[in-house]
Amino acid sequence: MKNANGKNIDYKEVLSKLGPLLALVLVSIALSLGTEQFMTVGNITNIMRQASINSLIAAGMMMVILTGGIDLSVGSITAFAACVMGVMIKNGIMNPVLLIVSGFGAGTFVGYINGILLTKLRLPHPFISTIGTRNIFRGLALLITAASPISGFPKAVQYPGTGDIFLGIPVSFLIVIVMYIGIHIFLNNTALGRHIYAVGGNKEAARLSGLNVNKILIIVYAICGFMCAFAALVMVGRLNTAFPLAGSTADMDAIASCIIGGVSFLGGKGTIWGTLIGSLLITVLRNGLNLIGASADMQLVVIGLVIIVAVYVDVLRASAEAKSKRLAAKK
Amino acid sequence: MTQPFIKLENITKKFPGVVALNNVSLDLYQGEIHGLIGENGAGKSTFIKVLTGVHTPEKGEIILKGNPIKIENTKHAIDLEIGCIYQELNNIPQLSVTDNIFLGCQLKKKSGLLDYETMHKKARELLKDLGQDIDPTLPIEKLGMGHQQMVEIVKAITKDIKMLIMDEPTSSLSETEVKELVDAVRKLKNKGVGILFVSHKLEEIFELCDKVTVFRDGQHVITGNVSDFTNDLLIQNMVGREITQQFPKIEFKKGEEILKVENFTRYGVYRKINFSLSRGEILGFSGLVGAGRTELIRGIFGADPIDEGKLYLNGKEVNINSPEAAVRNRFALLTEDRKTQGLVLNASILSNLIITCLCKFKKGLFLDNTKICKAVDHNIKSLQIKTPSPDTLAEQLSGGNQQKVVVGKWLNSDAEIYIFDEPTRGIDVGAKVEVYNLMNKILEENKAIIMISSELPEILGMSDRVIVMRNGNITAEIKRNSKQFTQEDIMHASWDDSAIKE
Repeated sequence: MKNANGKNIDYKEVLSKLGPLLALVLVSIALSLGTEQFMTVGNITNIMRQASINSLIAAGMMMVILTGGIDLSVGSITAFAACVMGVMIKNGIMNPVLLIVSGFGAGTFVGYINGILLTKLRLPHPFISTIGTRNIFRGLALLITAASPISGFPKAVQYPGTGDIFLGIPVSFLIVIVMYIGIHIFLNNTALGRHIYAVGGNKEAARLSGLNVNKILIIVYAICGFMCAFAALVMVGRLNTAFPLAGSTADMDAIASCIIGGVSFLGGKGTIWGTLIGSLLITVLRNGLNLIGASADMQLVVIGLVIIVAVYVDVLRASAEAKSKRLAAKK
Repeated sequence: MTQPFIKLENITKKFPGVVALNNVSLDLYQGEIHGLIGENGAGKSTFIKVLTGVHTPEKGEIILKGNPIKIENTKHAIDLEIGCIYQELNNIPQLSVTDNIFLGCQLKKKSGLLDYETMHKKARELLKDLGQDIDPTLPIEKLGMGHQQMVEIVKAITKDIKMLIMDEPTSSLSETEVKELVDAVRKLKNKGVGILFVSHKLEEIFELCDKVTVFRDGQHVITGNVSDFTNDLLIQNMVGREITQQFPKIEFKKGEEILKVENFTRYGVYRKINFSLSRGEILGFSGLVGAGRTELIRGIFGADPIDEGKLYLNGKEVNINSPEAAVRNRFALLTEDRKTQGLVLNASILSNLIITCLCKFKKGLFLDNTKICKAVDHNIKSLQIKTPSPDTLAEQLSGGNQQKVVVGKWLNSDAEIYIFDEPTRGIDVGAKVEVYNLMNKILEENKAIIMISSELPEILGMSDRVIVMRNGNITAEIKRNSKQFTQEDIMHASWDDSAIKE
């Protein structure tokens, strides 16, 4: 079989790329056969709503992991951005534009700080810098709210979290789709996007090619903060409340989405669509296990197993590829 | 010919303990392919690094098109139209061919988005100019080494390079790929690009180059038209390193065979390697860097999987599939890089010395500290490790003393087969002799040594037998008492492809 360029299609490669999608489809089919509620409009829109917050955070995380980094502060950034908006309405500022701009400002700022810590302060690994900011901004979120939730957001701010467009499709999921398309174009069709892959693939070669690696890293962490702020907006809208303790497991869910979606932990490899599938797979599994009546404890076990299996399949594929390359040298 | 593109005059570059380049002068012209050859450590790499601005010479002048200049760094060198394709290719494996070629200088559409259509087209054209039909949309890691080289060349062309340095470009290429590369380099030459072609393959020098220069021990030996040279004449010019050092070699009586390696093969790296090793013997492995020696011993030690082959210890077949199994079977590997692989640098000498034999010091459930201190004190004395105390950190020792700690660590482990990879690299002369004395001590205990060394004097000084490798094959096996146990014969075997027996 040949594709449009007249080159042979590598079935193994197509299969490995579609692996997570295949898993998502199979799980969905199994659940719609096994339960009556799964394939209902109500449940599908529910899944979209549930998936949107994690999908937005995972998109930011995906770019960070592409550079070979990690961001453990995403949950704290989300809570902090939400609480900044909460504190504003508590002080009587109800202008939706002002609220939204401040939320985004707060999230992006923390992401920028993460980038500065990594590059300018030369902390040896983002694991360290972001575990620091994870604590700092969780603390600040609790401090500015006096550790209690704040409710009463204006309708316009609630809209991204609660609104539906047609067919009951939630606005939040539409945001996810629009952002993902935007990120896809950014990563594949802009110089900065390609440079992000280059930095993750081989930092030294990127530097020798004249790229400003530090600048690229700072931008990536700032974008990650921005995406967390987006998640915060959806979150306060959905609950009409800013919780200072929200998103405490957001980091691990986002990382898991990326990994299941085939983003390489070593950097330089991965697609935004894989991340979306990873995020959806986690949500569908949770949803399905709920429908079956499995306990929350059981859900943890299943999600954990899925992560390990997904990466193991990838490892098997990579080592098979390396061996076939070596055997080709036999000739 | 007219004015040289770049003229190097009396370049001297020193590193602690060595003069890497000593008063070297060379003229390089555009539209000319200039071969550079020399033994390991002759100064070729340092010379390249001077040209690309990685090293600044202490003495000497660099004159570019008639103007004296100072090359600040790699980027500055590229601005001066001097480019280099390193042996370790500097590409980003996951990115496409086009992305790699245009990295840092992408073409954009009016909208600011990348203009992949034009970039792919241009990449395809440039590759076609070199006679290559490569799909520029493929990730570069999917290409073979030959095509990856081509992409590197195209990358240089897009940066308007006028002087291209190629550091052993053919070392990892197959025969067909070499032919394609040779064609591409000729096409570059016809475009007026000058090429400095560093190679370990004499036949390529004769096929491709207009001029050739030989370096030896950091000195310029000879430059001339290739047509004025023969194989033998080039080799003669490369050898002749003076053996100034005395080696404390003691020849022990050979015992029974301890190790036999049969048909060891790792495809594309080394193949059908056969040799045996006897107690009381030092078996030297000579050859050029990249001949597959280090890879072979990593295979024997179980650090990398092999594709075919058998290994016999004391006449019995054993399967060593991990370094752990190797150590259990009494192998010891003393790696080339002591700092990252041999020692725990921020631990004490004491901890480093007993790391392989802790179970010997058990007293009930606990470790017997008095016994440990005694043993370590004895180690330090017998190995003559110069240190204020056993608690000194390993990183505070000199290279020679660090090597002694590594030897001591394995002596304590009851190892019987010692594999030394470049045992005296980066060690001063006095300490070298002490390391050689330790080798004698190992042999005296009826054990055996495999020694990989790129220093011919060391190979000749210490080995009882030497095996020469080239391109993953054994090309010669020479005994110490043979008439061929000379620098010239070893050099012939490590440089000449015709020496490879099927």
